[in-house]
Amino acid sequence: MTNRCVKVYPRFERFWHWAQMVLIMVLLFTGLGLNGLHSVIPFGPAVMLHTMTALALLALWVFGAFWSFTTGTWRQFIPTTKGMIPVARFYAYGVFKGEEHPYQKIFWRKHNPLQAATYFALKWFIFPAIWVTGLAYLSYNFWGNGSDGARALWVISNLHLLTAYVIAAFIIVHVYLLTVGHGFRQHVKPMITGYDDIDLTPEQEAYLEKNEPGRLKPEC
Amino acid sequence: MHFDLIARSVLVLLFGVSSAWAQDAVAPDIPAKGSTADHSKFEILKKDFKSGPEVTAACLSCHTEADDQVMHSIHFKWDFTQPETGQVLGKSHVINSFCGSVAGNEARCTSCHAGYGWEDMSQPPPQQSTAVDCLVCHDRSGQYAKSSTGAGHPPLDPVPEGTKTITGATAWPVDLAKSAQSVGMPGRDNCGNCHFYGGGGDNVKHGDLSSVLYNPPKSVDVHMSPDGENFTCSTCHVSDQHQWDGSRYSAHASDPVGTGKPGSERTVSTCQSCHGTEPHPANIKGIKLNDHTDKLACQTCHIPEFARGGVATKTFWDWSTAGRLSPEGKPIAEHNFTQSDGQELHTYLSIKGDFKWEEDVEPYYAWFDGQVEYTTQDREIDPSKTVAVNPIKGDPDDGVSRIWPFKRMDGRQAYDSELNRLVYTHVWGPTTDTAFWTNFDWAKSIDAGMKAVGAEYSGKFDFVDTYMYWPTTHMVAPAADAVECEECHAKDGRMVGLAGVFLPGTGANGIVGLLGRLMVLAALAGVLFHAALRVISGKRKGGQDHD
Repeated sequence: MTNRCVKVYPRFERFWHWAQMVLIMVLLFTGLGLNGLHSVIPFGPAVMLHTMTALALLALWVFGAFWSFTTGTWRQFIPTTKGMIPVARFYAYGVFKGEEHPYQKIFWRKHNPLQAATYFALKWFIFPAIWVTGLAYLSYNFWGNGSDGARALWVISNLHLLTAYVIAAFIIVHVYLLTVGHGFRQHVKPMITGYDDIDLTPEQEAYLEKNEPGRLKPEC
Repeated sequence: MHFDLIARSVLVLLFGVSSAWAQDAVAPDIPAKGSTADHSKFEILKKDFKSGPEVTAACLSCHTEADDQVMHSIHFKWDFTQPETGQVLGKSHVINSFCGSVAGNEARCTSCHAGYGWEDMSQPPPQQSTAVDCLVCHDRSGQYAKSSTGAGHPPLDPVPEGTKTITGATAWPVDLAKSAQSVGMPGRDNCGNCHFYGGGGDNVKHGDLSSVLYNPPKSVDVHMSPDGENFTCSTCHVSDQHQWDGSRYSAHASDPVGTGKPGSERTVSTCQSCHGTEPHPANIKGIKLNDHTDKLACQTCHIPEFARGGVATKTFWDWSTAGRLSPEGKPIAEHNFTQSDGQELHTYLSIKGDFKWEEDVEPYYAWFDGQVEYTTQDREIDPSKTVAVNPIKGDPDDGVSRIWPFKRMDGRQAYDSELNRLVYTHVWGPTTDTAFWTNFDWAKSIDAGMKAVGAEYSGKFDFVDTYMYWPTTHMVAPAADAVECEECHAKDGRMVGLAGVFLPGTGANGIVGLLGRLMVLAALAGVLFHAALRVISGKRKGGQDHD
């Protein structure tokens, strides 16, 4: 195994991540306003902004899903229990002892097992929950009628709200964990430049050097 | 037109009565003129008419069916059988929270009757064909008027001292020939001279029908403003054979038909009959607004307040305090409300009691299916509660009801405290010794009122709090002034407490919202705790650099 500076986040993935970040922040901000927590933007314009942003995010997710499946990146997100306990132990204990992060990124596994499990839950449950409830909310008039419809909408709106708060909690932990290990800058940098230090097998290294030399850099 | 405006402004300045149509005033132009008949050329109309009915006789010599048509209309019958409930309504039957009842106060209240000489409400209106008043609706000279106490007759030369018209202006002798030769389709003034003054004064009753609508600025009424569409009342209130659409007793709460097929005739006065059922533009905002039309009447957003344009409406009328006299035994008048135009309005009158006035009033909102019941005199009331004189019915699940804006009138009026029923009161009658306005004696007034209609009365009375609901449908504001989303979509918004509808933005502090915020706080607390432990343990970053 050699540790090399490899491009692990191609341009689309980085765009996906940051565009998603901006859209989710806008959605959270306008959404909390629509829920009545603040009135920085008047209700009408906030509804429009929230709706347009949500539709943009949905479109982005369609492209993201397509990209994940066509490039095989989806495999990165398959959860595994292997190595999860050491990672959990590290965050709960080892980090205070100055231990090294037990997970070494490898070429086809850029997320540690805990990360992968979190993203799996996010992509398969939380995000679908927010867009299913959001679309139901938006399309209320196609299915909702009378006071039963109003009651159903109340349930849907609260599920939407709850999911939004789960996402907000995720963001807090997600951003915080960037400070753990190699530090905030080191962790954010790959998502900007695309390059990260990865353990490569001799075969992977040889393959990349021969076929995709652009994905290797002397130093990150 | 400009001269007309100037002339009227001068009149306003001279007499301080904006509603007065003085003798020489010219009625405002109405659109779509161009009749094939010039009535000023008709010999039969060039007579020296001595009375209203004489003019009607002349009209009927050509318009042979008009009397029959008018006599079958609510404008003449004042009698309406509610099609859903079968309840017999109409001005000749109902009791309201304003002047109470027409019955018992005929010549005063029937001054606005579209006929002549209805002096006894216990009888149907006069049945001779000349009892129809053609001119009140069709005069276009602007100088036709009805005397305020003349059972529908106009003031004629010589006008007795102190005579007023139904708008409260000092009466002038009407030139009947001039009126007869001027006839045309009704303008806003024809309808307004009665309908703007319901309840005994300008905008007293409806709240959305005031003298402002004679010539409203666009901000008050986009449709009726000369700067807007310059509509007359009958532009919306379409008629067929002298029967009009638009009723407070049986209203169109919603209209799923809309404009109908291309070219089809409008038969209803709904907004949708012109604007269609999806009136907002087909963009993302418009789609969302169109989504609201299954819950809201158009009026709910597009009439942000009523009593706009500088004429206030009465919102409270307490009859129970009426009758207080000065030490000398004279009637009192207190004027403690200043209208935005500077006019002082009465807040206490010995003849009528205490009042509140309001301008630019935010409506009351309720589900409304268009069908109105009345607490008629035969119905028992519960005097321990506020009695709804005309309870609003509506159901979010019936497919017809919409949330409508209303003027909710607060009242306090007399009832039979033994039988628990509302009562008729005899208030007007200068020559009787029982009329409240001259004798200030409730016992006599109620007794006479009940006798006038032949209703059972125990002889004991008290006063009960009442609500009366007036659907708000006039004074449609320009689109830019429509009710903003956040007026309702907010905690304590306009529709707080309204059942059968879910309004996003009204319940940020619901259980899920609190739970969610707790979760976010827990996440924050968790990471701060984690970070603090790292700082304490001196391994801020954790891990070792392995580069």
